[in-house]
Amino acid sequence: MNAYAKQKSRVPVILSFLIILAVYVAVFIAEQNLPPTSMLFTVLKKGATYALVAVSMNLLNGFTGIFSLGQAGFMLVGAYTYAIFTIPLSQRASVYQYFDGGIVQFTLPVPLAMILAGLVAAFFAFLIGLPVLRLKSDYLAIATLGFAEIIRAIFQWNQLGPLTNGSNMLRLFPNFNDFNIRNADGQVTVYLSTLIPFLISGLCIALIVMLIHSGYGRAFKAIRDDEIAAEAMGINLAHHKRLAFSISSFFAGIGGAMLAMYQTTVQAKSFTSAMTYEILLIVVIGGVGSVTGSVFSSFLFVACSEWWLRFLDEKQIIGDFEVPLLRNGFRLVVFSVIIMIVVLFFRRGIMGTKELPDLFRKRRIKPGKEG
Amino acid sequence: MSLLYIDDLRVSYGGIEALKGISLSVEKGEIVTLIGANGAGKSTTLRAISGLVPIKTGTITYDGSVISGMTPQRIVAEGICMVPEGRHVFPNLTVLENLRIGAYLRKDDIQPDIEHVYQLFPRLRERSWQLAGTLSGGEQQMLAVGRALMMRPKLLMMDEPSLGLAPLVIRDIFSIIRTLHEEGITILLVEQNANAALRIADSAYVLETGSLGMHGTGEELLNDPRVKDAYLGKAAQKKMNSNGGTHA
Repeated sequence: MNAYAKQKSRVPVILSFLIILAVYVAVFIAEQNLPPTSMLFTVLKKGATYALVAVSMNLLNGFTGIFSLGQAGFMLVGAYTYAIFTIPLSQRASVYQYFDGGIVQFTLPVPLAMILAGLVAAFFAFLIGLPVLRLKSDYLAIATLGFAEIIRAIFQWNQLGPLTNGSNMLRLFPNFNDFNIRNADGQVTVYLSTLIPFLISGLCIALIVMLIHSGYGRAFKAIRDDEIAAEAMGINLAHHKRLAFSISSFFAGIGGAMLAMYQTTVQAKSFTSAMTYEILLIVVIGGVGSVTGSVFSSFLFVACSEWWLRFLDEKQIIGDFEVPLLRNGFRLVVFSVIIMIVVLFFRRGIMGTKELPDLFRKRRIKPGKEG
Repeated sequence: MSLLYIDDLRVSYGGIEALKGISLSVEKGEIVTLIGANGAGKSTTLRAISGLVPIKTGTITYDGSVISGMTPQRIVAEGICMVPEGRHVFPNLTVLENLRIGAYLRKDDIQPDIEHVYQLFPRLRERSWQLAGTLSGGEQQMLAVGRALMMRPKLLMMDEPSLGLAPLVIRDIFSIIRTLHEEGITILLVEQNANAALRIADSAYVLETGSLGMHGTGEELLNDPRVKDAYLGKAAQKKMNSNGGTHA
């Protein structure tokens, strides 16, 4: 590289790689030794899925400055594409029981179906992007939110039943548990049902990070910072925005396919705007413009909502004392309060715009402190 | 032949005509300045040349070919770069990244150009890794100029480079403009600071609410009583007189 790049040390990057590797090894070891029903794996699987979607949303909101709220819609497209093309032929009659076994009469291998899920989502994004990306900030957010709602309605439309199974759920497609390696008796010999989603998600996030550090990524950031100047530098705004939007949706589509695998069933009505808000929340809590932050806060968010705060929903009796307030729904109240505290006191999120290697670098002068 | 020739250029925003048919030419290797009051259409002229605003009628010819109607990308690739008004550096990118964005359309090695910019502006080299938003106003202006130079422009258009800068810094900026001129870059300079602009200009135009007024060499306009009254102010006039100016 050039003389100016040399000023950055490589050690923090290597350290970060080692940490990530250690996490993967830990996941693998934990999976072989802990009971597969442990809550830990539920959290890790869903966390890996949400991490990918959150990073894809961050690519758009944090790095390109396009405030889109269409993520759930693109996940839905991805989840359906994956499910439709991977349900085994023998099961189609029972899944599509109201639609004579559906019109798709072939199955694709899982990796191919996942890539297709991304491509279809990206294609939808490209089409939507043509008119919608002319809008800015809040208007764009409303338009994409509207798109997600429309998609949800269309996929439940009875006329599309032979393809989407109408408002009935799609099921019996390969899920994470099918990644486990079994012996002839059906006994699991090697557990991979958590490691594989980690690998898929990790690979996709790595691709996004590489994109961010490429010339395109720099152009995206330039657009985010100053559209007028970016255009004056010869950056084609419309083209780059469409590109960012399609790429982000591609990975949201793959994330949708992973969510389908995690849930083992797919139903359009579960991809509500509340799902988009959850992901937006993850991005904001992690730090808008930080991939590490998005990944970290995905696991934190999923762990809190699925596991650590569950006790708040049940009656707790300590000795003779029944703890007041604890009942179904109280978890959400506490959760909301935690989010408010985070937003009030960590205004730039957990990570700000820092990434994992930055944590090992010597602290530089904070922006804004110097004239 | 002129490097840039504008013929009967009209631009309107909605119903308001910002440029009412202006014609001007920029010769190769010259510093040409456009002066005028607020809202005279100076920035609009630059934006029209860059392809950032649609043209109603008229043609812009650059280096023998018509560029009006081309996309901004094509025009930048042709070698016309703009330093936008108010600097517009990318605040959350480092100084180096800002420079690289400047060369976005180039596919060849940009290392010599980065080195060149750092030689012109040693302050930028010191702040290579700093976010552009943390630079001072003068440094940001240097970065904006450096960023435009990364495209190796043949024609550099500068929109109010002295805006909001301290007098000493303005002097630096104008000395840089002179340096660039000596390197052979043709410069189209839009300025409200008419005094400084006219002093370095080979040729100057006065814009008045969308139409061209006077035209002449920098010196001619500097000494023109009407220009003095309208754009240079009484103070400049007095200074001229005490320096032995010819007009009373």
